[in-house]
Amino acid sequence: MNSTEEKVKMKYNYPNKRGYFGKFGGKFVPEVLIPAIQELEKEFLIAKEDPEFIRQYESLLDEYVGRPTKLTFANRLTEYYGKGKIYLKREDLCHTGAHKINNAIGQLLLARRMGKKRIIAETGAGQHGVATATACAKFGLKCVVYMGEEDMVRQKLNVDRMRLMGAEVRSVTSGSRTLKDATNEAIRDWVTNVEDTFYIIGSVVGPHPYPMMTREFHRVIGDETKRQILDAEGRLPDYLIACVGGGSNAIGMFYPFIDDEDVKIIGVEAAGVGVNTGQTAATLTKGSPGILHGSLSYLLQTDEGQIELAHSISAGLDYPGVGPEHSFLRDINRVSYYAVTDNEAMNAVKLLSEKEGIIPALETAHAFAWLEKLMPETDKEDIIILNCSGRGDKDMKTISENL
Amino acid sequence: MIEAKNRLENVFEKTGNEKVMSLFLTAGYPDLDSTVDLIVEFEKNGADMIELGMPFSDPLADGPTIQYSSDIAISAGITMNRIFDMVREVRKRSDIPLILMGYMNPVLRYGVDQFCEQAADSGVDGLIIPDIPVEEAEIIENSAKANGLGMIYLIAPNTTDERMKLADEKSDGFVYCVSVTGVTGARTGEEVQNSVDRFMTRVNENVTKNPVMVGFGIKSHEDAMSIASNADGFIVGSALIDTIKEKYPEKGWIEHVSAFVHSLKFGNN
Repeated sequence: MNSTEEKVKMKYNYPNKRGYFGKFGGKFVPEVLIPAIQELEKEFLIAKEDPEFIRQYESLLDEYVGRPTKLTFANRLTEYYGKGKIYLKREDLCHTGAHKINNAIGQLLLARRMGKKRIIAETGAGQHGVATATACAKFGLKCVVYMGEEDMVRQKLNVDRMRLMGAEVRSVTSGSRTLKDATNEAIRDWVTNVEDTFYIIGSVVGPHPYPMMTREFHRVIGDETKRQILDAEGRLPDYLIACVGGGSNAIGMFYPFIDDEDVKIIGVEAAGVGVNTGQTAATLTKGSPGILHGSLSYLLQTDEGQIELAHSISAGLDYPGVGPEHSFLRDINRVSYYAVTDNEAMNAVKLLSEKEGIIPALETAHAFAWLEKLMPETDKEDIIILNCSGRGDKDMKTISENL
Repeated sequence: MIEAKNRLENVFEKTGNEKVMSLFLTAGYPDLDSTVDLIVEFEKNGADMIELGMPFSDPLADGPTIQYSSDIAISAGITMNRIFDMVREVRKRSDIPLILMGYMNPVLRYGVDQFCEQAADSGVDGLIIPDIPVEEAEIIENSAKANGLGMIYLIAPNTTDERMKLADEKSDGFVYCVSVTGVTGARTGEEVQNSVDRFMTRVNENVTKNPVMVGFGIKSHEDAMSIASNADGFIVGSALIDTIKEKYPEKGWIEHVSAFVHSLKFGNN
């Protein structure tokens, strides 16, 4: 590529120094937490240039997490739609069964660098909680996971997994008793124990530097995908698809492709019962800009600015906010965001299980459900890559009840 | 009516050696009508300033007591406009400095400029927004200033000297010292005292422009006198809400709560 072409090419460079993606992001936290996030930002920026830190992180991804994960051609699913070629990025093959472990390992290594002895986390479906408990067990650190009372019932299997690995799971009974309130309680714990405690946030949400840092620990998904599709097809894909709750698997997949303007990128949210029913988690579709849990982003909220309860069949997606970078990518029209309902996601679980022998997590099933809308518009030559972000074992109870 | 800014300044002038007492009340708790009466009664019983909480569904710097009172107020249908109406009612009966305290999202939703205009027009003197650190001040400070509202920033025991100076420079009215690293809520006196002694020494070195008020964890006159011994005044919130929760709606509950307020300032003699 010559220098003129390079100049014309889009160059994505966010967030800015203050932690903003356009008008989204920032550090909207109580004063007590400012020293902690300033220290974290400083440590992270040093660590990510430190060859020893990178070596340690990559070696754990290789030996413990099981990376790189495969890129699988979904031949029966491709045949079923009879249009473009569908590939699956197999994050479900990661240790613990979801992409979340990439970030948990990365943040835990940072916590160790900073000399923190106690780890806290919030979890909805339990994937992030399990990933954090796993990383803590591996390194012998004390782990406390906040989880909504309702989610603890829905995701009992993951609660048992966390406890088995020595984590303390604290039941949250305030508000919605789901992810939003588990996050409030985790932040309150952090405010109280900021001196010795590291908060491992599980998605690309929270105050700066979390959205940036979590993205960096997940970009391995998109980096691998790029190499793997070039090996398999000799070119970049036409479409990338991922589900979006907070949006960590999606950003991990999308980020390395943002400057590749010919790649169409699609994020799929949880419509719940339907985007106009009031029982939805489709933040980017139905929300408006606001501040929750430390950053400015799209939110589900009332006219008075009170946070609305989100609903989704998937405990991992029923969050009323979304990562600030997604809000920005939506507003600059780089990523298209759509929503699919609980029923559509359930149908996708059945379809993928029958056609490919892969039972996806309910979160992931939302991304698959969008194929119903997308595939009729594709050509035989098109390449579609879908992020298979997690496996469905943890959701078998919900899936059984809805079959 | 006295100009807004003067009301805040005057309160620190008139008291001399006496500590200024600020009370936190959640707007709309225990019910929408009582808030105005409580403010007027509290002033008679020694309150020098009122922080009126704007209820938010997700008050992440607050403990269970304030979250509880916020939930009650939201369920009862509190809105920003009702809070402004309430302030207008107070202003018919009292000149006590009034500070709105709450999280940024409802303010943003209302519209920052409209919010500051309405707040000033109704008779509010200042704003405390705990999820706006000095770094993010620009989202609201120009609007606040244009409407003559004081912005009050918080500092905590782990705030650096440099940031204390910045909070002092940006604050208008007083600087709010959070006595402990933690959420709001009453604690044991010892817990707070240990933390606050070291903290206030640094505060008095770095905060030179504004008076300083200490809050978080104060639940009695004795607590207030020892915790605020090196400050200009003290703030009581959760302990007051707990007292309201205990007495409401018994007959004479306002008198009971007002007696508690009197004891906070003057002791039980």
